[in-house]
Amino acid sequence: MARIGVFVCHCGENIGRTVDCARVADALREHPGVAHSVDYKYMCSDPGQALIKQAIAEKRLDGVVVAACSPHMHEKTFRRACAGADLNPFLCEMANVREHCSWIHEDRARATDKAIDLARTIVEKVKHNRPLQTIRIPVTRRALVIGGGIAGIQAALDIADGGAEVVLVEKEPSIGGHMSQLSETFPTLDCSQCILTPRMVEVYQHPRIKLMAYSEVDAVSGYIGNFTVKIRQKARAVDASTCNGCGACTKACIQRKIPSEFDERLGPRSAIYVPFPQAVPNTPVIDRANCAYFKAKAKGATKAACGKCAEACSRGAIDFDQQDSFVTEKVGAIVVATGFQLYRIGADQPQGLTGYGEYGYGTVPDVIDGLQFERLASASGPTGGKILRPSDGREPKRIVFLQCVGSRDPAKGMAYCSKICCMYVAKHTMLYRHKVHDGQATVFYMDIRAAGKGYDEFTRRAIEEDGARYVRGRVARLYRDGDVIKVHGFDTLSGEPLVLDADMVVLATAMRPQPGIEALAQKLSVSYDQHGFINEAHPKLRPVETNTAGVFVAGACQAPRDIPDSVAMASAAASKILGLFSQAELEREPTVARVDTGLCSGCFHCERVCPYGAVERREIRDRKGNLLKVVAEVNPGVCQGCGTCQATCPSKSVELDGFTDQQIWAEINALAL
Amino acid sequence: MATAAESLTAFEPRITAFVCNWCTYTGADLAGTSRLQMAPNVRIVRLPCTGRIDPLFVIKAFERGADGVIVSGCHPADCHYTAGNYHARRRFAVFRELLDFMGIDTRRVTFSWVSASEGGKWRDVVNETVGRVQALGPFEAYHELAGRQG
Repeated sequence: MARIGVFVCHCGENIGRTVDCARVADALREHPGVAHSVDYKYMCSDPGQALIKQAIAEKRLDGVVVAACSPHMHEKTFRRACAGADLNPFLCEMANVREHCSWIHEDRARATDKAIDLARTIVEKVKHNRPLQTIRIPVTRRALVIGGGIAGIQAALDIADGGAEVVLVEKEPSIGGHMSQLSETFPTLDCSQCILTPRMVEVYQHPRIKLMAYSEVDAVSGYIGNFTVKIRQKARAVDASTCNGCGACTKACIQRKIPSEFDERLGPRSAIYVPFPQAVPNTPVIDRANCAYFKAKAKGATKAACGKCAEACSRGAIDFDQQDSFVTEKVGAIVVATGFQLYRIGADQPQGLTGYGEYGYGTVPDVIDGLQFERLASASGPTGGKILRPSDGREPKRIVFLQCVGSRDPAKGMAYCSKICCMYVAKHTMLYRHKVHDGQATVFYMDIRAAGKGYDEFTRRAIEEDGARYVRGRVARLYRDGDVIKVHGFDTLSGEPLVLDADMVVLATAMRPQPGIEALAQKLSVSYDQHGFINEAHPKLRPVETNTAGVFVAGACQAPRDIPDSVAMASAAASKILGLFSQAELEREPTVARVDTGLCSGCFHCERVCPYGAVERREIRDRKGNLLKVVAEVNPGVCQGCGTCQATCPSKSVELDGFTDQQIWAEINALAL
Repeated sequence: MATAAESLTAFEPRITAFVCNWCTYTGADLAGTSRLQMAPNVRIVRLPCTGRIDPLFVIKAFERGADGVIVSGCHPADCHYTAGNYHARRRFAVFRELLDFMGIDTRRVTFSWVSASEGGKWRDVVNETVGRVQALGPFEAYHELAGRQG
């Protein structure tokens, strides 16, 4: 016969007001298998816990049920108290008579009846609880950072400076991300490249960082502390170990008018190229879609159509036969920092969205987006930092900026606020005025959201000192009329319609996660929202963790973020990882599935439904080594304890500890008592 | 008629709810912290995930005297374990037809998604289910059948 102790908490008045706690304790005292039952004002207090410890010792209890608040609140507290009295903590469970009873009912008699039911149910469950031992798993003190933008760079440097090794994977030929494209940054107007490039070089030279640019994560397996990552190194057609980055090949290339991705298609690049002069690593890559050699080869030419770059290279680093290669890395933790892309109207709008054609992006000349304006304003940009119209190279004297293009618009775009646009538009108006002293910037806005240190002052400066004209309202449409762009808008403060002549229009388009984020999230088993942003484990208390242990998130792949936010998240993720790496072994809850290999028939339905790939195959052989059968086995380090395998198993040979069939049957049966 | 109506209102159905730990259980906790008043007829059985719910649990609950059952977990794409709720959804799509075949009125079973932030929705699911089962009356036919066989 079980010897279970029941402890009914009044929670001050919180439970006691609607539930007759003494009656609950009395009823449970009569329940079979209950050896001890009391009620007390505050069970979670020190004297309350002492009451439990004392009863365990004196009444030789073999199970404890605390009828109090939600287990999410105090299960850990009471399990620790039990462990303190040498009772296995997993023999303690809670009956939720506060959130699920006293707080949601008024009828005292019926609430008390329900509380008795709930406590009995858990008593019946605890009769079938087994003592469990905490699982210990080893930790590989090495981290993978996916994405080499400012967030990835910060995370990699922080982890490496903390003493652990880092593998930094970047899909583009160079690290630096969007920040390397920016001219100046708000709210200080300091040069983006000047603060970023030293960090990029630091990454390159760090003895504990292995930089893998032009690479992508191909597959991920394993679990916290023990991930195995397969990385695809895309073929540059340039041998990075012999190339010294002299740039002779890029000068020799005959294809010179390919729109540069780095310059947002406002300037040209060659087919063999480094994205920008300060690229890290400074190794060129051949763009196979535009290279004369590869284009001819794809068409079946047997003779080399071009080889100017190879001729120009004094070190023989050009390797047209180079293939993608794969590298396998073992890591203990992963940071996802894949960043954002801009919502490009007409090009890659999300499914079902056709909005903003009226803004003429891609059809009306001199309608550009925010990143294109950054390139125009940047000293390293295609115009050398002069604000010039892409169509005719003339200096625009009137620029109109439209905020919230695709943001805060559930009907046509994204419902969320892209957060950074208010600030960068204010910055753009200032940069414009500093470069074109007689120019007039007009901004159409919905609200100015400038929450942040020095941010509101910054937008005020744009208006008060740099003469930006802010019009609260939306633009209905715009079109080209001869040399100017006619902008039809509405000023909602004066209630007047407005028609402006503009030489250039800049759209502050919404921030979206990078394309392919869903596929990466699925490889990592992390969840993402309907827009593709990676979900954090808890919006307030666990902002840089994901729902998969050991995988962390930083920067604009989690939500629209500015640079300070991204850096803060990256440092937070790094400190979480260093904390993880400071332990010799990890401890985790032993509520995992285990297979009865005697019953298992090896159908592997469990393997197919397991979201974590925790089910492995094990061969059972006799003494002579003959194969008897292949059975499923659960890797307790990988299993997260969802129990889908158990509900799927046709022979009921998988059991999830903590929620076994026996335990749940007992609960259901108890409800009918 | 009056007596029938009286006995109908006097009938307090017994409802067993199978909910996942991360969304609906937490949503029910939120209903509690928000002090949302609801019918006291529901008894929650906490499971890690809706993927853990064996359809037999539902049958067993009816067999042991429940008049109605609620199954609730995370919204699609919101599962703490990434995909458990999808397995549950598939399983219960098939199971629903089986219930019908077995003579269990499917109006006695509520399937819903309640997230951790939807305390109000949980209250609505509870009240709506209790009301519906109340109107259907006690599930005596099945209880008798189960009793005879047991």
